[in-house]
Amino acid sequence: MERTGTSDYPGQIAAGSIGVPQSKAGAWLHRFANPGRFQRLIQPILPWLAAAAFVVTVTGLVWGFAFAPADWQQGIASRIMYVHVPAAWVAMNGYAALAICSLLSIVWRHPLADIAAKEIGPVGAGFTLLCLISGSLWGRPEWGTYWVWDARLTSVLILLFLYLGHMALIRAFDNPQHGYRAAAILGLVGAINLPIIVFSVYWWNTLHQGNTISITGPSKIYVTMLYPLLVSAIGFYLAFLAMVLARISSAIMENRARSLLLARAERGGA
Amino acid sequence: MMSRKKRRLWIVVACGIGLSSAVALMLVAFRSSLSFFLSPQQVLAKRPAPGMVFRLGGIVQAGTVVMGTRDGKPYTTFRITDGQTAIPVVFTGVLPGLFRQGQGVVTIGAMTRGDREFVASTVLAKHGASYMPRDVEMALRKAGKWNPKFGPPPNAAAWDDKSPRAIEADSKG
Repeated sequence: MERTGTSDYPGQIAAGSIGVPQSKAGAWLHRFANPGRFQRLIQPILPWLAAAAFVVTVTGLVWGFAFAPADWQQGIASRIMYVHVPAAWVAMNGYAALAICSLLSIVWRHPLADIAAKEIGPVGAGFTLLCLISGSLWGRPEWGTYWVWDARLTSVLILLFLYLGHMALIRAFDNPQHGYRAAAILGLVGAINLPIIVFSVYWWNTLHQGNTISITGPSKIYVTMLYPLLVSAIGFYLAFLAMVLARISSAIMENRARSLLLARAERGGA
Repeated sequence: MMSRKKRRLWIVVACGIGLSSAVALMLVAFRSSLSFFLSPQQVLAKRPAPGMVFRLGGIVQAGTVVMGTRDGKPYTTFRITDGQTAIPVVFTGVLPGLFRQGQGVVTIGAMTRGDREFVASTVLAKHGASYMPRDVEMALRKAGKWNPKFGPPPNAAAWDDKSPRAIEADSKG
C-alpha cells in the first residue's frame, strides 16, 4: 500500500488524519512527519536552545575578539575569522541539511521535510552572506582586494545563489506541493556544489588559503586561537538550529491557522 | 514489485550519478581555466605570448626584493619562485600589507618581449593556512625551526599545542 503523506492542508495532518505506515523504517520516519508531535517536542526546548545559542556565540566572539592573541603577521584583522569560519561551516552544513530534506521530500514525500527545506533557505542564505561579507572585509587589508574570481570565492557565491534560487522557487507556485517538488530537485542538484567548495582550494590554485582546521591531522592554528574559534562555531550552529526550528514551528502554526480559516470559509459558503 | 518510494529513490540515485559524473568531466575539462594563477613552472611550459595578461603566483624569493621610487611612485622588483624556477617581477604601486620575503603572492600582468621579466599591474598577497600568535612565531624563530623568509611554517604538530617556552626548550634538548 502506498501512502504519500501529502496534503494541501497540513492542519489535517496535525489533527491526526495521518495514515499508519506499513514498514518499520517508514514508521520511524513518519513518527517525525507529524507536525503536531513536532510542535509538542520543540516548543518547550526552543527558548532554552535560543538562550544557549546566544550565550555560546557571545562567549566565543568576546573570547576571540577581546582575549585571543592576534596573528603575528595579519594583526588585528585575523580576528575576523571568528565570524567568517563558523559562518562558512554553517552555510555549507545548512545546505547539506537542505539537500537531505529535499531527498526526504522527493522519495518519501515527508511533509515536515518540505517545511524544513522552505525554512532553512533564508537562514542559510543569511549565513552565506555573512561569510562572504566578512571574508571580503578580511581580504581588503590582507590580500589587497575585496574580491577575486578564484574557485573558492566563486563557488561560495554560487552557494548563495542556490539558496536564493531555492527560496524563490519553493514559494513560486500557487499549489505549495508543486513548489516543494520543484525546489527539492534544485536542492539535490545544488548539493554537487558542496564538495566543489570544500576541495576547491586543493584541486586548483586559488588565492584563498587551504583549510586551517583538520579533523584527521594537526590543525595549523595555535590552541589559544583554536578554542574561541570552536566555541564560536558551536554557538553559530546552535543559532542556526534555533532559528530554523523557530521558523518551522511558526510555519506549522501559520499553515494550521490558514487551514482552519479555509475550513470555516467553506462551511460559511456552503 | 518495486514500491513507488523505492522507484523514486533509484531515480534520484541514478540522476545523482549521472549529474556528478557530468560535473566531474566538466571540471576536469576546464581544469586549466579554473586555476586562479600559473606557477613559474607552468609559465615556462606554456610560454604565454608577450603582452598577454595572466596571473602569476608563487613565493617571493628571499633576498630578491629591491624597493625604490621611480617618477615619485613606489617601485619594487622581486622574483617569484615555486622552488623549481623563479621569474623576475617588476611592480609599480603600493604593495599589500602581507607582502614580505617568503610570502605567497599572486600578481596580475604580462611578460615582456623575450620573456625577460613579468610586469605586474597588481600584487595580491596569498595568506597561508597557519594562524599563530607573535610569541609563538618568535619562539620558532629563536629555536631555529623557522624563518618566515624561507617559506611556510614547520609541521603544525611541532607548535600548535606547545607553549612558546616549550618550543624554545625543544631545540636545546
